[in-house]
Amino acid sequence: MSEPYTGETDKPDTAGGALAVGRSGPYTVGGPRVVGRSGPDAGDKGGPDAVGGPYVVELRDVTKLYNGHVQALRGVDLTVGHGELVAIVGPSGSGKSTLLHMIGTLDRPTTGVVRIAGRDVAELSDRELSALRARHLGFVFQQFHLSPGVTALDNVADGLLYTGVALRSRRERAAAALERVGLGHRLGHRPNQLSGGEQQRVAVARAVAGDPPLLLADEPTGNLDSAAGTEVLRVLRDLHAAGTTIAVITHDAEIAEWCPRQVRVRDGQIIADRGDGREPPAEITKGGAT
Amino acid sequence: MTRTAGRLTPARLSPSDVLRVGAVGLRTRPTRVILSALGIAIGIATMIAVIGISSSSQEQLLRQLDRLGTNLLTVSAGRTLFGEEAKLPTGAVSMVKRVGPVITASATGVIEATVRRTDRIPKEVTGGIAVQAATTELLTTLEGGVTKGAWLNAATERQPAVVLGSKAAERLGVTRTGVRVWMGKRWFTVIGLLGPMPLAPEIERSALVGFPAAEEHLGFDGHPTTIYERSAEEAVEAVRGVLPRTVNPENPEEVDISRPSDALVARAAAAGAFTNLLLGLGAVALLVGGVGVANTMVISVLERRKEIGLRRSFGATRGQVRVQFLAESLLLSALGGVVGAVLGALATAGYALSRDWPPIVPPWAIGGAVAATLVIGTVAGIYPAMRAARLSPTVALATT
Repeated sequence: MSEPYTGETDKPDTAGGALAVGRSGPYTVGGPRVVGRSGPDAGDKGGPDAVGGPYVVELRDVTKLYNGHVQALRGVDLTVGHGELVAIVGPSGSGKSTLLHMIGTLDRPTTGVVRIAGRDVAELSDRELSALRARHLGFVFQQFHLSPGVTALDNVADGLLYTGVALRSRRERAAAALERVGLGHRLGHRPNQLSGGEQQRVAVARAVAGDPPLLLADEPTGNLDSAAGTEVLRVLRDLHAAGTTIAVITHDAEIAEWCPRQVRVRDGQIIADRGDGREPPAEITKGGAT
Repeated sequence: MTRTAGRLTPARLSPSDVLRVGAVGLRTRPTRVILSALGIAIGIATMIAVIGISSSSQEQLLRQLDRLGTNLLTVSAGRTLFGEEAKLPTGAVSMVKRVGPVITASATGVIEATVRRTDRIPKEVTGGIAVQAATTELLTTLEGGVTKGAWLNAATERQPAVVLGSKAAERLGVTRTGVRVWMGKRWFTVIGLLGPMPLAPEIERSALVGFPAAEEHLGFDGHPTTIYERSAEEAVEAVRGVLPRTVNPENPEEVDISRPSDALVARAAAAGAFTNLLLGLGAVALLVGGVGVANTMVISVLERRKEIGLRRSFGATRGQVRVQFLAESLLLSALGGVVGAVLGALATAGYALSRDWPPIVPPWAIGGAVAATLVIGTVAGIYPAMRAARLSPTVALATT
């Protein structure tokens, strides 16, 4: 099968280190049509749309200018394969948030190519991008962004509102997702009745309830103490083990070390990319502050 | 790369989902919702109450007209060419009765006499009560009734017996039959008290005796001064045309004919037309309410940039964000509209019942109120909804 092939194109990147993310194989995707099943357990998670390439995320020479002169990204090449757990790490102002926006299709690059789930973002209208987000992407934010006064179940079900699923099965899937993050006993609780770690787990459940092929977590532990942060990381680890592709955006070195693959960003460029995202993450040994 | 996955089309929101998502903002900020819906409610309530109260008053008058009929004509003697009070010929009533469509006709004649409780009261103190001779058919023609005692009949019209109109009895302080009053130069016995006569208020202020008794005891000349006549409803105008000649063939130009129900018709028309100013006030209140809703929606969009960004990250399209805020605006004004319609209907009912009117809120007023709230909700929501939809997801999420 094509797995070794995709693996190989990945390897030079990870081995290449600083700035070495070459433009060697810009159109590897054009080659063999690979049904997205690189990990043993990627399964049919993405449904019929998971077709289209070996990468969930593919960025080619992406730049982003704000207001015509502020250069947030200066030529980024990045690929993330199915089932990887990647940390995108860098200090604030490094461009990692912009990178998140690119990967999350919340914004478009100034130049370069962004492909998510095999789709070239530049070719998609705003409506199509919305549909892409609804089916292929799940977001977890630093502030959990849960609706106050709404039960955990409905908060999670609300995340599926734009997938075209009827309310009843939205609720069923939401219950299943909450079960997955270990909150099956808290379905009827409101955010103010949950601890910070539980709230973030609700947010994770909301992001994965629709079984998106890619989960984007932006500083998922940033607002949590270490115990609660550990809870959330454990959930991410389990999702990863079950085959979900996860990108964690963080400035926290410990969390970055915990991830099997780390992409370091500084001044709008990738300065390092090491590790194999398909490996299981390290043991969670967080003791210090976040 | 080959596009094997087909086109990406965003899922449609079902109507119930649109409602659900539109209600999110309302549920989380109940105080603000109540206050801004109140503006709409006041406007709608004002308009419904204005329309309702005037409709009720109009309905009351129309029902009264229905009850009283519009087929009554009053013929009075009028004045001669020289300005003197004219008199109708003594045979006028029987002439009128001979006109084909006429159902009933009767007459009264003014007598130069006064009515007093006793002979000790000076002659000049009449209390504004007229003394009149009346034919026995008068009560039938006017479709009136007695509240106490009996009306004049073939026997009592020859006796010194008197029937008092409602106002006359009140002014004389007579509350029962059998008492005596001083008329002309002798005592008359009160044998009956009349009820209200909306079509002939002059009868309410009269003391009525029979024609023969008036001629015998009060020096009456037997000439009627007013003839009351009812005919078939559709023939009223035709009868009106022939009456002057019938009643007074020699001097038809002296005769005055009036239709007492015309006054009621005019009042009913006035009750319906009176409302324009108040309606305008209600419209202004509604407009102000609409501005309030727009204001609330703008603030809501500003405050909920994060939510908007979050929904965009869930996969909401611009259109779906727009629909959400339009739905919210519509729900907000519809809430005000429903509350206002209920308040307006209650105000109408309360006012109408306190006046013994039938409470009427016309369906077109309710329909108009619904349409007005929908228009206001849409207009007030368009701008905020466009703003919400234009927000870039990253900007929306970045705000803290």
